[in-house]
Amino acid sequence: MTKTQNNRAWWLVLPVFLMVAFNALIPLMTVVNYSVQETFGNNEFFWSGTTWFQQLLADDQFLDSLRRQVIFTATVLVIQIPLGLSIALCMPRKGPWVSVCLVLMSLPLLVPWNVVGSMWNIMALPDIGLLGKGLNALGIPFNYTRQPISAWFTVILMDVWHWTSLVVLLCYAGIVSIPDAYYQAAKVDGARPWAVFRHIQLPKLKHVLTIAILLRFMDSFMIYTEVIVLTGGGPGSTTKFLSIDLVQKALGGFDLGPAAAFSIVYFLIILLLSWLFYTLMMRNEAK
Amino acid sequence: MSKRYLVPLIYIIFLMLPIYWLLNMSFKTTNEILGGFTLYPREFTLASYQTILNDPTWYMAYVHSLVYVGLNTLFSVAVALPAAYAFSRYHFLGDKHLFFWLLSNRMAPPAVFVLPFVQLYSSVGLFDTHIAVALAHTLFNIPLAVWILEGFMSGVPKELDETAYVDGYSFPSFFVRIFLPTISAGIGVAAFFCFMFSWVEMLLAKNLTSVAAKPIVAAMTKTSSASGYELGLLAAAGVLTLIPGAIVIYFVRNYIAKGFALGRV
Amino acid sequence: MAEIRIEKLRHSYMANPQTDDDFALKRLSLTWQDGGAYALLGPSGCGKTTLLNLISGLLVPTEGTISFNGRDVSRASPEERNIAQVFQFPVIYDTMTVYDNLAFPLRNRGVAEAEIRTRVTEIAEMLELTKTLNNRASGLTADGKQKISLGRGLVRSDVNVIMFDEPLTVIDPHLKWQLRSKLKELHLRTRRTMIYVTHDQTEALTFADQVVVMNLGEVVQAATPVELFEKPQHTFVGHFIGSPGMNVLPCEVRGGKAHFGGEVLSVGNGEAATGKGRTEIGVRPEFVTIAGDGMEADVVRVSDAGRFRIVETKVKGHTVKLLVKEGDAVPEGRTRLAFDPSHTHIYEDGWMAGSRS
Repeated sequence: MTKTQNNRAWWLVLPVFLMVAFNALIPLMTVVNYSVQETFGNNEFFWSGTTWFQQLLADDQFLDSLRRQVIFTATVLVIQIPLGLSIALCMPRKGPWVSVCLVLMSLPLLVPWNVVGSMWNIMALPDIGLLGKGLNALGIPFNYTRQPISAWFTVILMDVWHWTSLVVLLCYAGIVSIPDAYYQAAKVDGARPWAVFRHIQLPKLKHVLTIAILLRFMDSFMIYTEVIVLTGGGPGSTTKFLSIDLVQKALGGFDLGPAAAFSIVYFLIILLLSWLFYTLMMRNEAK
Repeated sequence: MSKRYLVPLIYIIFLMLPIYWLLNMSFKTTNEILGGFTLYPREFTLASYQTILNDPTWYMAYVHSLVYVGLNTLFSVAVALPAAYAFSRYHFLGDKHLFFWLLSNRMAPPAVFVLPFVQLYSSVGLFDTHIAVALAHTLFNIPLAVWILEGFMSGVPKELDETAYVDGYSFPSFFVRIFLPTISAGIGVAAFFCFMFSWVEMLLAKNLTSVAAKPIVAAMTKTSSASGYELGLLAAAGVLTLIPGAIVIYFVRNYIAKGFALGRV
Repeated sequence: MAEIRIEKLRHSYMANPQTDDDFALKRLSLTWQDGGAYALLGPSGCGKTTLLNLISGLLVPTEGTISFNGRDVSRASPEERNIAQVFQFPVIYDTMTVYDNLAFPLRNRGVAEAEIRTRVTEIAEMLELTKTLNNRASGLTADGKQKISLGRGLVRSDVNVIMFDEPLTVIDPHLKWQLRSKLKELHLRTRRTMIYVTHDQTEALTFADQVVVMNLGEVVQAATPVELFEKPQHTFVGHFIGSPGMNVLPCEVRGGKAHFGGEVLSVGNGEAATGKGRTEIGVRPEFVTIAGDGMEADVVRVSDAGRFRIVETKVKGHTVKLLVKEGDAVPEGRTRLAFDPSHTHIYEDGWMAGSRS
């Protein structure tokens, strides 16, 4: 659509600008402010330069959380994107079952995140949970409060349960928007199912897949509530991801400076990776 | 039935298992829960639900949640509408930068904002109010609403606006009487997403409230640590949180596929 | 390449069709010769796209058979039928180059790369796509994309029939003409059987050797463009083809002559007329002339249509149009008209008398 130049449109954007500025700029300024100062209470602050940042980047605890976070996010993406895409491809495209599928699949997305944690907590209890008891009955030793592997398995399974539907719904929306003529032309051209997927569906789904990957990357990188309810970051700190680490530092430790520096680095990592991914996808497009 | 339908079928069964288990637990007596593993409630009881519905600290928590979620949806959609219109129709100074800045807020981890939000809302005297949580959630809901609505609005031809102006409508009356009804599906989808993200969020909601506006997500955490004794209660509270979501989904069931395409595939 | 024979074909989109109205296609029989250029013409909703999809195998008929060279293919998949189809909106594989697009149907069938190269080069030459062969197909204009769709049909040497479903819909008007003559030229060069579906009479009449006119799920007439013009077998054909359409006037039939408001008119098919049902005479404006001894008529309106003028008159309360060549005198007020007897026909219940014996 051709748009006209009109700077008075700012009046329409002003309410959004003010609300988001209030919510985003003031807190961010506070955080930046703390990150370069030191305090011993009494509202007295001293300039500390990049001390907190240097300290953070040398902090093993932070680096461990970051490493765990990267592994978690990568695992989740590797499972959810192909799984969501396959499920969407197998779904019926018309008929009464479409609505039923979509409604049931959206359900996990509307469960409060702490309830997701509680639900999987109950599910995974080794003595009375369906999953925990089931696995133990099969002879697989499972105890998510004691064994890191069990905890990781449960956390990842929980995230797959919680978020794969988002990928399914996005991909499904993309698939049904492909005109029938493409499928008919492919039939006439004698294309096998794989060729249909490779040359028709995948190219047309690129846009929604980009959105799906970006959303899943951002949200899994920020995961907090579900994990804190399910494992509390344990056993030990084996499922302590970045947000858990940060909240402990910010609310628990009164270490305003280090927590602020942590916040900034955390936010920047997400921005940088999202930007990198986005430009890579778009550069491919331009070629 | 084609073999490939087994894939979504198995997936849906997988999705339903934890929900079944939650229901199962919520209808059991504490004795049965502590007694051992049972696939279905042997002694069916509504005791856990009765506890919740008779205890104001429990049921008011639901009310608090619904209040701030409703307020948030209202705020977000109301301010996003004119902004999305501006982005879909006009070029203006700094429009692209503003749009990206808005979207970048969706990338901000709530954990980063907890502490500054508590300080900010305490300093303006809003701590422990519904408004505080509703406003805090607009941080990620406004960008989302603007983005969704912009997608839907771009699909409406500009000729609609021009015809209305030629017919003598002023901007406000055109916007309210002609434009809004045209994109009502988009508004529904945007409201659905705002509702959804505000309803499921816990970290900010819990830390911005203490007593007067304590939401259900916070009320539940007090029981989550105690294993066994209050598991039935926790499960029942969890089941009750599924209801608003299920109702909302039921209403938008015919728009889900289109809605998730956010009007722009 | 094949002769296509359609016998008693019926199709309904409903699961349990009851009445005739439930059928999108009502009992249809046709034969198409190998190597011909055919058009399916009719208003939207007349069932032409349904028929096309039945032939290509995208739909399975409710009743009846379709055979290619005597082999029943009614239930065969599109791939087994070896057909090609060009759709209303250009379908191309976005991620591939023009070359790969054209090679795609051959690669799917496991043709050797060397042969693919020869075929694709040859077809690209024909379609004037040689220069763009290595470009991304998504960057082409609508007519270029439509050429690729067509090319994917032409590269296959074993194609039974190439079908076009309103292929010029999204093409710019000034390119429509070009692409249409290109199609005609390609038909003459390759001698493939081609079926062209359209609602535009000009497209149909210029492209096809034989035009099948459809209405309400039935074939009304299958004939050459000249026959459609001179001997429309149904008043619908008279209306639908020609501009302006045929004049249709109520009449009575007695003794092989048409009686219209007191006048007795000689007609081309007088002997065949039975006089039963709703009887009408039909005559095209091209065959109405001004004659001193004709029927009285009042001129109502004259409109200019370029090389001739359309004169609208009232004869005994009924509208009769005629054409007057540019430069000839245009009558005013009261005048007299005559119908050319060999091009005036009696219609009974819409059908030309004697056409359905």
